[in-house]
Amino acid sequence: MAFVINQRQIVADSWQLLKPAADESLLAVPPADDVIVPLALWREQRDVLLARAGRLGVWLDSHENPVAIAGDFDRFALVAVNFTAFGDGRGYSIARLLRERHGYKGELRAIGAVVRDHLFFMASCGFDSFLLRDDQDPAEALTAFGDFSDAYQVSVARPLPLFRRRFLVSPDGMEWS
Amino acid sequence: MYLYDEIDQRLVDERVAQFRDQTRRFLAGKLSEDEFRALRLRNGLYIQRYAPMLRVAIPYGLLTATQLRKLAHISHTYDRGYGHFSTRQNIQFNWPKLEDVPDILAELATVQMHAIQTSGNCVRNITTDHYAGVASDEIVDSFVWCEVLRQWSTFNPEFSYLPRKFKIAVNGSHADRAAVQVHDIGLHAVRDANGDVGFRVLVGGGLGRTPIIGHVIREFLPWQHLLTYLDAILRVYNRYGRRDNLTKARIKILVKERTPEVFRKEVEAEWAHLKDGPATLIAEEIARIESRFTRPHYQKLDPLASGYVLALGHDKAFANWVRRNVQPHKVAGYAAVTLSLKKTGVPPGDVTAKQMDAIADLSDRYSFGELRVSHEQNLILADVRQADLRELWQAAKALGLATPNIGLLTNIICCPGGDFCSLANAKSIPVAEAIQRRFDDLDYLYDIGELDLNISGCMNACGHHHVGHIGILGVDKQGEEYYQISIGGAQGNDAALGKVLGPSVSQAEVPDVIEKLIDLYLARRDSEDERFVDVVQRIGIEPFKEHVYGFRHQSTADRRRQLAAA
Repeated sequence: MAFVINQRQIVADSWQLLKPAADESLLAVPPADDVIVPLALWREQRDVLLARAGRLGVWLDSHENPVAIAGDFDRFALVAVNFTAFGDGRGYSIARLLRERHGYKGELRAIGAVVRDHLFFMASCGFDSFLLRDDQDPAEALTAFGDFSDAYQVSVARPLPLFRRRFLVSPDGMEWS
Repeated sequence: MYLYDEIDQRLVDERVAQFRDQTRRFLAGKLSEDEFRALRLRNGLYIQRYAPMLRVAIPYGLLTATQLRKLAHISHTYDRGYGHFSTRQNIQFNWPKLEDVPDILAELATVQMHAIQTSGNCVRNITTDHYAGVASDEIVDSFVWCEVLRQWSTFNPEFSYLPRKFKIAVNGSHADRAAVQVHDIGLHAVRDANGDVGFRVLVGGGLGRTPIIGHVIREFLPWQHLLTYLDAILRVYNRYGRRDNLTKARIKILVKERTPEVFRKEVEAEWAHLKDGPATLIAEEIARIESRFTRPHYQKLDPLASGYVLALGHDKAFANWVRRNVQPHKVAGYAAVTLSLKKTGVPPGDVTAKQMDAIADLSDRYSFGELRVSHEQNLILADVRQADLRELWQAAKALGLATPNIGLLTNIICCPGGDFCSLANAKSIPVAEAIQRRFDDLDYLYDIGELDLNISGCMNACGHHHVGHIGILGVDKQGEEYYQISIGGAQGNDAALGKVLGPSVSQAEVPDVIEKLIDLYLARRDSEDERFVDVVQRIGIEPFKEHVYGFRHQSTADRRRQLAAA
């Protein structure tokens, strides 16, 4: 059984991630398992996928637009976003758009190049579920959420920027001086 | 300087701990070379030609005497006793040990300094006018806005892995001394008819391989919307900027490929969602940041009583220095002094640990314990009493920091080049030195007048060669180091990109070419007030080309004529 980090805990994972076949043939979807399908498959086989017994998730690649699934959130038990490489930061914007603009409330999973050193930023942008890359040590990765105790910016984790929170706590903003 | 509060300090301390752990994992073989590279770069650590290089951030170029002493200590303890000020107003150490870097960062944190985001594909150090706060043509104090942006850009979770590096400059005065037209984003402060502050927003400018002047995408952005608008620009860039080709990954390529107008519409559409959201700035925050800056307690001075004007009359050397290295100040009786780091024989922008300590003392004694780094790689004591100028000049002279060449040909902007940098095609420091030696006669130099000469060792353009009145670019010609000369570039409000003069020349030929350019300029100028760059703009580059390449150029023209006749 595979593991993921979910809500900052290492838990067993039942989801099966389906990737498009190299020859672009249609994927065989197992009838009853929990599957995360690529966006293209969801578009092509929507009815078939909805008629299955297992739970359904969809994943977006880093160039894909979250608008494509914005009207269907209630169909998915999980949405995943792929990080194609260590330095590909597009998924951060996609996550914020899913959460902040389109109002997605369910499990949001980072997949692909998901490494310890990215977890703090990923969590800030709204991911709550992390399928770590194979070489990552899950116990060590858990410590990454504590890399920083605060952040200046608006994010999913901190809907108010630090400068507004400073004035909420202390009207003259000098609380921590 | 801006004084950190407890949270600012904690975030920097946490960064040190994070990088210490990353270094530990790398040395233990748990982090790959490639991935550690991306992480160390955003902490300023490069692996260079001979050794690692650590680039320490000097946010918007502002530094205290205490911080400079710490830099001196670091260069003395962990390096070889000197440092190099860069065109991004930062300082670079060329010889630290990789294992020592976490300790260096921890030492920096004790004086509220760091190396955060001085490299890597993220928002880099925000730069500005080195006369911020003291210039007589000031619209706003740009330091305050730079600090707002420093906080917004530091560890910004969404924009930490952009397609490529991202450089932002803020200019707070009428004259542009921050090169806003050649940045990924340039912000030029303006006031509307009611006197309210806003920013003219330029995007997609830059030097490097594809030099482009930035496009104005908003004439007036009210200050409250600064962060939401930048969020919109960065989001469009993060999502759609090219990631398939490193040389096409800067925002200027995205703006060019989409056209500025289409790009602007995309930004506006994104901004429509973000505008008036929680990132909208509030007056209390601007006031809070403003209040955390230390400010000089100026005395009420009678400028006529300073006596320095009298000294100008009977001391030519002092007068020369005042003319070139001293700038007027908005407060009566004060002046801004540039300590030239462009002495012949010293690599431009280099200072020794000893000099750093001595400069820190000078800034304590004469300029309220603060100083600035200019993008022209000099140091500025911004708040000097005019009455102290002569004493300061003598002290600076003793330290080799009083070369009276600011704005002149020998005030060369120059990258570290092939002597240090692994990206360079050619050396740049020896070229700068050869030119400085050729033009070491001060009267001649003064006769030539204002001239910006910039040298880059490769097309990455760290030495800003495109915007030099004369630009020199190191190129690789079948394994040999050659130099391409361009003329007619300019920085400031009338920013322009230089035009290539002709075939590149060898290192030994460079000073001759420069001398020929100067000869023709002197022969063709209307008056002493017409600068080199003005003459280039008036008569074009052809006469210069002919004068430099002479016979060679002539014979090509002849051949063409013969071919046409045949």
